[in-house]
Amino acid sequence: MLRYATKRVLLMIPTLLGVAVLIFFMLRVVPGDIVEVKLRGDGGNPTQETIEAERKRLGLDKPIVVQFADWMVGLVTLDLGKSMWTEQPVVEEIGGRLGLSFQVAIMATLIAVLIAIPLGTASALFKDTLVDYFIRIVTIGGMAVPSFWFGMLIIIALLYLFNWLPPITYTPIWVDPIANLSQLIWPALAVGYRYAAVVARMVRSSIIEVMKEDYIRTARAKGVYEKLVVARHAMRNAMLPAITVIGLEFAFLIGGLVVTEQVFNLNGIGRLFVQAVGKSDFTLIQGLVMLIATVFVVTNLVVDLLYAALDPRIRYGGR
Amino acid sequence: MPHTTPKHTRRTLFGRSIIAAAGVAAFIAALPLAGAAEAQTPRRGGTLSFAISGETPGYDCHAYDTFAATHFLAPFYSTLLKFDLAKYPEVAGDLAERWTVSPDGLAYTFTLREGVRFHDGSPLTSADIKATYDRMRNPPQGVVSLRRATFADIDTIETPDARTVVFRLKAANPAMIMHFASPLNCVYSAAKLAQDPTFPAKTILGTGPFRFVEHVRGSHVQGARNENYFRQGLPYLDGFRGVFMLQPATMVNALQGGQVMGEFRSVSPAERDRLRQAMGDRIRIEEGSWTLNLTVVFNTTKPPFDRAEVRRALNMAIDRWGGSRGLQRTTPLRHVGGVLRPGAPGAASDNDLAALPGFARDINAARAQAREILRAAGVTNLLLVNRTIAQPYTPAGIFLVDQWRQVGVTVDHRQFETSAYLAALREGNFDAAIDFTNLFMDEPSLALAKYLSRDRSPVNYSRSTDRELDGIYDRLIRTADAGERTRLLRAFEKRAFEQSYQAPLLWWHRIIATNTSLRGWQMSPSHLLGQDLAEVWLAQ
Repeated sequence: MLRYATKRVLLMIPTLLGVAVLIFFMLRVVPGDIVEVKLRGDGGNPTQETIEAERKRLGLDKPIVVQFADWMVGLVTLDLGKSMWTEQPVVEEIGGRLGLSFQVAIMATLIAVLIAIPLGTASALFKDTLVDYFIRIVTIGGMAVPSFWFGMLIIIALLYLFNWLPPITYTPIWVDPIANLSQLIWPALAVGYRYAAVVARMVRSSIIEVMKEDYIRTARAKGVYEKLVVARHAMRNAMLPAITVIGLEFAFLIGGLVVTEQVFNLNGIGRLFVQAVGKSDFTLIQGLVMLIATVFVVTNLVVDLLYAALDPRIRYGGR
Repeated sequence: MPHTTPKHTRRTLFGRSIIAAAGVAAFIAALPLAGAAEAQTPRRGGTLSFAISGETPGYDCHAYDTFAATHFLAPFYSTLLKFDLAKYPEVAGDLAERWTVSPDGLAYTFTLREGVRFHDGSPLTSADIKATYDRMRNPPQGVVSLRRATFADIDTIETPDARTVVFRLKAANPAMIMHFASPLNCVYSAAKLAQDPTFPAKTILGTGPFRFVEHVRGSHVQGARNENYFRQGLPYLDGFRGVFMLQPATMVNALQGGQVMGEFRSVSPAERDRLRQAMGDRIRIEEGSWTLNLTVVFNTTKPPFDRAEVRRALNMAIDRWGGSRGLQRTTPLRHVGGVLRPGAPGAASDNDLAALPGFARDINAARAQAREILRAAGVTNLLLVNRTIAQPYTPAGIFLVDQWRQVGVTVDHRQFETSAYLAALREGNFDAAIDFTNLFMDEPSLALAKYLSRDRSPVNYSRSTDRELDGIYDRLIRTADAGERTRLLRAFEKRAFEQSYQAPLLWWHRIIATNTSLRGWQMSPSHLLGQDLAEVWLAQ
């Protein structure tokens, strides 16, 4: 197990390096110039001399090989550079938003897991009954309704029914838990519903499959109570694909809540990403891509380790 | 040196322009009469929460032209002069208590107010004005100044004493007085600039009505009352919080829910109607023409658009009058105008416009003529490049697709993100494009710059070279005579639209929705003006 974990951690390095190389060159192929967006994007009429001076100041006049070398050296020394738009360190730009995005992702995951596992299990155990039909309608609805649209419904409902809206600026949970939760619970619910629907469908189909396995029949033949059969034998095995889905969804939530963040005016990573792309802020985009790649790689590692922990049949690394 | 009063100077500069007066009157008439009913004694206290539909790229006013910078920075800074919005486009003193202009228009002498202090307590003197303007016209290495060309006419800046500053110009420039009132020309501390010319990009230190408290990136900016503000009794507010709200729908929800009291760029007609319906007498709506337009640009380096008759025919096929009636219901596009904002001093009247290509009242006749020209030239399709901004770029693009379809031209309408869009314009990867003009004031030297030959104007994306237009422009920006200015403007428009390198599609309509509790804010044709919040107060 330790050998497997070490091997996986080491494999993360070339993966992330590959991402770093790809994103650097892909950005340089796409047309667009941050200096032009900054100085002309709102109708400004700078002289060409001013444009060139600004390009030089930002290092955009350097040969691409030199820019690439700067980027790789910075990466190795954990210096992601400065945003070309705000000229603030990329780490600070991302750090200021990461807490909010992580909290929404964690809250949405908790909501999803708390809803999905009981619903998915009940749906499987009461397959083709009214309970199953009802749960399937709820879960299919969750997958069909985009999170941002559900979020808009939540906002409109709060506004028109209670004449109240969630706070529009973020307060860390350790500063004011009530203000924090009253802002973030709604986007977590909006996202959590779709997330729960996906996981519940996965749990349902997994349990249906597992309940047909020989070891379940054996357990029943041994006279094990049905509740124990489900809890000890079926659930543990049925959770494996669900964990994969939960892991991928969690990683997606860190940078993928672009529209939902706009709906709730959340100052998160998704919104920052879209802004950075719109402005061709290369250094910030590179930093964000590295963050999201790291989150995905680490999440995958955690999922694989959980697989090993949950399923004794899986033996990683050999003996 | 003969001295005049500031008001007299304005009269000298613009020759008691009847057109100017008509422009002012027209704009004021467009404003609602809500102000009279709401006139009350201003109340002191409270924190204003308002939405800013963009976030400033940085803190240095001199480096930007965007409203996102002025809505963020204006409360912290002062300028030499400022626009008197009640009498727009007249200017009034801000840091300057009074000023004179020499009869030849070559010397501007300003007397500064007494007792003005920066937020760190240091006194403001004429040295600060000189250092600020020197920085704008000759930016040191590492400093970005978008005002370099604007102040190229300044020869020397003298400071005979701590309260007097004299600008000597190389050539008369009637627009200069208005540039001194630009909200983008924040005055910085000479001492700080001497230590580090990039100081304003890192630290906010002004003499404005509010002190900087915090800027949480991506979230909000906060200011607190400057107790030592040089205008006695102001500001009324204890402080303000500007929340960055990039999505209009989110902003409208927040306005309806009372989380913000207003947004000072503009809302769309649909958002205005929703707010009116939902909030009734709790919302105040102010409307007027706006110093923004969308422009249709033809690539004069790509055949057949290198031919004037082809460009003119495509321009003639656009029904601006009909388009205005339709588009104003759902978009900010509304006003038919020439190179200046309709209603602005010197702007073309409807009758002036009707005689120009692209503005004919009889669109069927114009289209019949255009169709013949385009058929003869073999123009059956074109690539229209546009920006991926829903309002009003997308509907404007769709409108053009339809207009040109009616003269037998199929349009490939492609929209790009701002960076790719600007790259396409710069590289000339288009047949026709939708460009825009965004001015902070009504001034021909700014509005006409886009139409100058490419070697003089990098933002002339049509890539045209027209020395006749350049010549008219050069005469126009040097004359203070209102009649002559108007004559030159008409000549410029005639030449520009006959050649149709580019032409305004429609001018925008500004709609400001504010909670009726918010008082003292003044509407103007520019979303960059009047944002220092000094006279804003809250009724509740």
